[in-house]
Amino acid sequence: MKDESGTETGGYQPYSYFQLMEVSLRELLVEKGIVTEAQVAATVEDIRSRSPERGARVVARAWTDPAFKTKLLADGTKACEELGLDVPALRLVVVENTPEVHNMIVCTLCSCYPRMLLGLPPDWYKSRNYRSRAVREPRTVLSEFGLSLSEQIKIRVHDSTADMRYLVLPMRPAGTGGWSEERLAAMVTRDCMIGVAVPKAN
Amino acid sequence: MAANEIGARFGPGDRVRVRKAYPLGHIRTPFYIRGHSGAVERLCGAFGNPEELAQMRSGEPRQPLYRVRFLQSEVWPGYRGNPEDALEVEIFQHWLEPGRA
Repeated sequence: MKDESGTETGGYQPYSYFQLMEVSLRELLVEKGIVTEAQVAATVEDIRSRSPERGARVVARAWTDPAFKTKLLADGTKACEELGLDVPALRLVVVENTPEVHNMIVCTLCSCYPRMLLGLPPDWYKSRNYRSRAVREPRTVLSEFGLSLSEQIKIRVHDSTADMRYLVLPMRPAGTGGWSEERLAAMVTRDCMIGVAVPKAN
Repeated sequence: MAANEIGARFGPGDRVRVRKAYPLGHIRTPFYIRGHSGAVERLCGAFGNPEELAQMRSGEPRQPLYRVRFLQSEVWPGYRGNPEDALEVEIFQHWLEPGRA
């Protein structure tokens, strides 16, 4: 590997601006005794351990347990606690797709996202393109994701502008009667829970 | 109601209008919705005022936060879709005024 002057660098690449900022800030915090390296590592590990599988478990439970679904729609945070999922501080609002209504989630101001249930948001969720167009032309945006909804179906776009976080409860696909929770959960992708896709039975 | 919290003025179904104001600072009310009218979908509870929190102040008294439903066709001229397509946005009480019934 060579740098711009043509000098062989042996695979070494200088830090980018943001990487340099992150390393500098982290080392300063450790040096000043505000956090330890172990705490930083544990936090990074915690963030990495969260994935859309958590949200999928919640959806699959709601599909198979009507009492849980009622609780989930009434108070998402409390219902998730029952599954051992800690949804700290922020309140979770679960919005249900029905044959009449389709829901989708955006944060036009930044990138608010139910990280405790879906992990880190995908890059497109944070893009200016998605954030500005999801509220203005949701049907066009959905069709770009491959989801063309009939005009009979009402679309509700939820802009997470403050303290709430949102999860879409998709409709359970036909032909999945008798499926186990695990098998159901496997169909529920991240995009289904943001509302830019719907689950399909394989 | 706690002393460090402002009481809720609105309830579900109430018509409200978002203030059309452009103060500087950390504002969680999106520009596109300012000046538009909708109906309260639910009261979410009372939360620290983000405009104060951003200034490293306590955010108290906490402000009631609502989810307000707007019709897309009222927000965007020439919107195409179902006439009942809607947008739901979280808005703090101090950004809302009573709307026409």
